[in-house]
Amino acid sequence: MSVEFLIEHSPALAIALPLVAAFAAPLFGKLGSFLRNLWVLLMLAFTELVVLLMGQDVLANGARVYALGASVPSLTSPFGFPIRIVLVADAMSALFAVTAVSIALLAFIYSWKYMSDKGGVDKFYTLLLLLTAAMAGLCLTGDFFTLFVFLEVSSIASAGLVAYNRSGKSLEAAFKYTVVSAVGALFLLFGVGILYGKYHLLNMAAIAAEMAISSSFLDVAALSMLASALLLKSGAFPVHMWKPDAYQQAPVNVTIMLVTTALLSLYVLFRICFTIFVPVMGSTLGWLAVVLGAASIFVGVTMALPQKNLRRLIGYAAVAEVGYILMGVGTSMVSISRMDGFAVQALSGGVFHMINDVLDMSLIFLVAGGILYVTKKQDITELSGLGHRSGFLTVMFAIALLAISGMPPMNGFASKLLIYESVYFLNPMLAIIGIAGSMMMLALFVKIFASVFLGAPYRGIVAPLPLSMAFVMCVLAFFIIVFGLFPNVALDLIVTPAVQALLGKAAYIGGVI
Amino acid sequence: MSDEGMSVIVKTVSCVLVVPTVVFGLYVIMHGHLTPGGGFPGGAVMATIVALFLVAYGKDGSRKILKKDCLSAAESIGLLLFAALAFAGISVTFFSNFLANTGNWFGTVIPFGPNPGYLVSGGVLPLMNIAVGIEVFAALSAIMILMFSYSGDDSK
Repeated sequence: MSVEFLIEHSPALAIALPLVAAFAAPLFGKLGSFLRNLWVLLMLAFTELVVLLMGQDVLANGARVYALGASVPSLTSPFGFPIRIVLVADAMSALFAVTAVSIALLAFIYSWKYMSDKGGVDKFYTLLLLLTAAMAGLCLTGDFFTLFVFLEVSSIASAGLVAYNRSGKSLEAAFKYTVVSAVGALFLLFGVGILYGKYHLLNMAAIAAEMAISSSFLDVAALSMLASALLLKSGAFPVHMWKPDAYQQAPVNVTIMLVTTALLSLYVLFRICFTIFVPVMGSTLGWLAVVLGAASIFVGVTMALPQKNLRRLIGYAAVAEVGYILMGVGTSMVSISRMDGFAVQALSGGVFHMINDVLDMSLIFLVAGGILYVTKKQDITELSGLGHRSGFLTVMFAIALLAISGMPPMNGFASKLLIYESVYFLNPMLAIIGIAGSMMMLALFVKIFASVFLGAPYRGIVAPLPLSMAFVMCVLAFFIIVFGLFPNVALDLIVTPAVQALLGKAAYIGGVI
Repeated sequence: MSDEGMSVIVKTVSCVLVVPTVVFGLYVIMHGHLTPGGGFPGGAVMATIVALFLVAYGKDGSRKILKKDCLSAAESIGLLLFAALAFAGISVTFFSNFLANTGNWFGTVIPFGPNPGYLVSGGVLPLMNIAVGIEVFAALSAIMILMFSYSGDDSK
């Protein structure tokens, strides 16, 4: 298998390899847990290699289109009409595919020791890999029906993973998640149905080309259905209630996958808004996103304040983080409809913050998981003075807390600054809400830091932290610091091409059909 | 309380019914590329016999006949077979139908115009239907066995 072959088939392989790994995991599980872990690790590492090659190729040579089952991978419209399942990898989708697969790989390395003393691990890895495949599919899909299928696969796999502990509370969280995502999936299917009824097409690029010529009220109806479905899945303000439950009850290695899935549904929202629905979007959706974003920040931070459980608290902070992304991208949507010049800056802030949010949230959840692993406790009132016993977790928590609250040396600062600057032009009040939210988040996490890590030395049993878990945290912390110290490099290298790809609607349509 | 199932008449009839049910299920699977049906409905038809066995033989009796481990292995094998068929076409593209119209196995070239339906045609489609049939039969059976074993007044 040459590198060219891998690159040519990379969009299909990115989805197919985790699927094959998922199906074979139970069979390997019968041979022994080490062999199974090795198999999953090798397949995920191979997938990571494939998506990295794809990302590098996309940045160098532009978008890559892959028609499943066609006689040539680029033959999307054999009779002048797009009929096949089309996968599209452009700078934006490749960026998120790389992010999703990397997080899955890190989550797996973390699970190696974290899950080793638990039962039913075969099924757990099957679901984890299914979720990985669904996330890669969500990034790369080029038509609406496949999008619906991958969204459903991700919902079902996530619900199964949330219920993994099988305690009453985790079942309740999984049930809540299932209901919310089933409602979201129905909304999405209805929206897709409206579009299919109007255009007799499912291919995103083809619908975008048609809509640019003739748009009507039906498109607005479809957009509102799709947007509500995806906002539901992302856990923004009015339907944020599933998020703290699911994030608290799932094992932490699953929680970081859930964080990534929530952000991928935002990615899909932005993809369809900027690529397809620009003719009918107006400034309404942008304002809606900004207002929901501000509300999410406020609700997330204020609800996080009284929490006693560490992971539930971080779950509410995650709601606030989604708010920042919505604020940045919403500003950009309004700005496009007004044609004033700060759309690119706002969108860069939003997209950069999505990447940063994945890194920050993953790190802090994994630190919370580490605390749970070494002390078997996660109630902040029961923990104190852990800093004397585990210096490594203390440093990692400090890095994550600075990054989440947007303090200067870390990556969160760079992206939040871009968002504040652009949303300021929309309305200064919104920027103030954003900054106040960040300050409250800092206060919140400093409070946690003081109560968990400072004070009289912790007296209970502290198990040693496994090397694999420490390694994963180090990788995340490395990227947090690098993106924080050199935001311009990250922006030029990955974010700006992604933003250009998202705004370059004509290039996307031209590339596919 | 041990659950030994229903009377010997019901047990015998359910054994007799295995033959027509499995034949019909296999028929639906094998004709998936020609008539309505395919792997999913065919597998579901075949799984009804498992439901019948569970009711007829009860929890304890059916545990001896139906092995959950075998079923979950069959589930994985069906899925892997499907994925392998998709991968087999990757020299052209993923999922490409590399057998159709080659004149070889399942590659009968169909003459243009109305025809009664050629069973050995369609390339990888019938093979994929078989893979889906195995998967759906095994998965539905395993789900029914699991739900059955957690239901009722048994302490388990």
